[in-house]
Amino acid sequence: MAVKDYIRKRFFPHIWCPGCGHGTVMNAMIRAIENLGLEKNIIAVVSGIGCSARINGYLDFHTLHTLHGRALAFATGVKLSRPELTVVVPMGDGDACAIGGNHFIHAARRNIDITAIIMNNSIYGMTGGQYSPLTGYDDFATTAPFGNIDPSFDVVKLATGAGASFVARTTTYHVTSTIKILEKAITHKGFSVVEILSQCPTQFGRRNKIPSVVDMLNSYKTDTTPIGSKEKEKNPDLMERGIFIQEDRPEYCTEYDKVIERASKGR
Amino acid sequence: MKKDVVFVQGNEACVRGALYAGLDFFAGYPITPSTEIAELLSRRLPAKRGKFIQMEDEISSMCAIVGASLTGKKVMTATSGPGFSLKQEALGFAVMTETPCVIVDVQRGGPSTGLPTSVSQGDVMQARWGTHGDHAVIALTASNSQDVFAITVEAFNLAETFRTPVILLLDEVVGHTRERLVEPKAGEIDVVERLKTSVPEGTDYHPYLPREDGRLPMSDFGGVHRHHVTGLAHDMWGFPSNKPDVVYGLMHHLIDKIEGHVNEITRVKEFFVDDAECLLISYGSAARTTRHVVENRRARGEKLGLLELQTLWPFPADLVRERCASANHIIVVEMNMGQILGEVKKVVKNPDGVFLANRIDGGFITPADVLNIIRITQGKGV
Ligand code: SF4
Repeated sequence: MAVKDYIRKRFFPHIWCPGCGHGTVMNAMIRAIENLGLEKNIIAVVSGIGCSARINGYLDFHTLHTLHGRALAFATGVKLSRPELTVVVPMGDGDACAIGGNHFIHAARRNIDITAIIMNNSIYGMTGGQYSPLTGYDDFATTAPFGNIDPSFDVVKLATGAGASFVARTTTYHVTSTIKILEKAITHKGFSVVEILSQCPTQFGRRNKIPSVVDMLNSYKTDTTPIGSKEKEKNPDLMERGIFIQEDRPEYCTEYDKVIERASKGR
Repeated sequence: MKKDVVFVQGNEACVRGALYAGLDFFAGYPITPSTEIAELLSRRLPAKRGKFIQMEDEISSMCAIVGASLTGKKVMTATSGPGFSLKQEALGFAVMTETPCVIVDVQRGGPSTGLPTSVSQGDVMQARWGTHGDHAVIALTASNSQDVFAITVEAFNLAETFRTPVILLLDEVVGHTRERLVEPKAGEIDVVERLKTSVPEGTDYHPYLPREDGRLPMSDFGGVHRHHVTGLAHDMWGFPSNKPDVVYGLMHHLIDKIEGHVNEITRVKEFFVDDAECLLISYGSAARTTRHVVENRRARGEKLGLLELQTLWPFPADLVRERCASANHIIVVEMNMGQILGEVKKVVKNPDGVFLANRIDGGFITPADVLNIIRITQGKGV
C-alpha cells in the first residue's frame, strides 16, 4: 500500500502550522506501519488533547481522540480488552508528562504492549505557547515571560525509571532513523516509549529567537548525537539519540492470561 | 425446588447483577465504601475470561472502561463521592461519544473526605450535573440487595439501549447491609445485548447517524469499520465539527434520547400510594426506613403511602406530579439537604405542601426522624 492508503484524504490540508514537526512524525508513523505490513483494521491510535493529538483524525485506523492527558488510560482499556490490537498513542508534552504523567509512569510500570510516541516540542502549542515540563531552563513562554525556572523532565530517564521495556529518542531531522525506531517500537512486545523532538516554530521558535524552521531542525542535528558516540565525550551537553532500552520483560496482557488460567483452575 | 438463595451485601448483589448482565471488563481504584465490588470482581471476572484492572487512580479507571467499551465489551467501574468527582470529566466523554458504561457510586458523607464510612445521599445532584456542559444522564438507585441485583441489570440494559453512561447511586447502608438475595435464573430478567451495525465492510458506516427509532448501532474497535471517536462536537461520521446546525442536532440528540424516553427509563415501587393522604417519597436506603414507617402506621389506620423512586435521573416529573395530586401532604425522605425535594417542589401543584425529612450527620435516618416531620405536617408538634 502507498502512504495515501493510510490517511483520510478528505481532511487535508491538515491544521498544523507551516513547518510544524508533527506532520513529519505522522509521516514517519505511517511509513513504519507500511514497512511492517500491518493491516489497518488491527491498529488503534489513541490520542489526548493538543496539536499532537490531532494526528489520529488524519489516519485511517480505529482512532480515539480522548481527554487531555488521559490517552494512555483509555488505551489501556482498549488494549487489555482486545490484546490482538496494535495500539499506538501519540502525545504531546502536557499529555505525557504533565496532566498525564501519572498514567505515563504506570503504563510503563505495567509494561503493557502499547507504543507511546512523545512529540516533544517544549511548549504547549495549541493553547498559545505556555511552558511545559519539557521546556528548558531559561526558555521563554507566554507564562514564563522572564525565563523558565522549572527544571524539565528527561523523558528517556523518566520512562526508563518507570519500567518501560523499550525507550528511544529521535528527532524530526532524523527521519530515516525515526522510521526504523518506530518499526522496532511497534513490534516490541511491551511498553515502548519513543520521544521525538518535534519543532513548534509558531509558539516555541518565535519566542526563543529561533524563528526559522530550518534553524530549529539544524539544532536537532547539531545538538544531538547517537548514543555512545565520541562526540558526547567531547561535548557532554549533546543530547543522545537512538535506542536506550530494548529488553524482553513480562508483558501485562500476557501476564493477565496467567491470571485467567489460575482463576479457571479455582486458585 | 431449591432456590438460589444467598446472604449478601448490596455491593455483592451489585457484582452478581453485573455478571448476570454480561459484564466483561472492570477498572477501579480502592475507595470506601465501594471496595468490595472491586475485590469480588478481581476474583470472579478472570474466572469467566473477563478482565479486571486496578488502575493508578479514579480518573484512569473511568477512562479505561470507556476504551474497553469501544472494543465491544460491557464495562463498569465503582467508586464513592471523592472518586465520583474525579471521574466526572471522563463521564462527560462517555456522554459525548455515546459510549455505554455503568458507574457505581456507593455514596458516603461529603463534601471532601467527609465521612468515609458513613451513609449519605449527597451525590444526587453530582450525578445529574457533575460533568460540565448541558447533557442528560441516567441515574438509578435501589434500597435492598434483591433490588440492587435487578437494578444493576437494568443499568446495563439502559446503557446499551441508549448508548450512554448509567450511574448507579447506591449508598453505604445499601452497600454494606447483608441480607437475603434470591438469585434470578438465567433468562428470568431480560438482558439487552449491544446493538451492532449490519453495514457490511466496504460500505460507509455512520457511527453517529441515529436510526429512525433514535438508536445508533455500534461497530467495535478492531472490527471492519475504522471510525473516529472524539470528545469534540462531531458530525454523523464522528469527525469534529463546529457548524452550528451540526452542533444543534448533536446536542438535541444527546438530550432528547434520554429526556424523551422518561417513561421507558422510569422505575418506581409503590406502597399504598392510591389513597394516601400523606405521601412519602424516598429512595435508596432511606426508603427502607420510610417503608417501615408507612407499613406501621397503615396497620393503625393512618393513610400513609410510599413512592420509592429507583430512577432519579431523568426525573420522572409527570409520574410524581400525578401521584402527588390527591395527597394533602408530601414528605420527601432523603439523607441530604433536599436534593430530590427541590425536584418534587418543581413539579407539584402546591410546592408549599412538600416537606423534607432528612439526616445529614452520617447517622442512618430513623423512623423517629420521619415521624417527627409527619407530626409537624399534622400540626401535632414533635
Ligand atoms: S502551534 Fe506549534 S505544535 Fe501546534 S501546529 Fe503550530 S507549530 Fe505545530
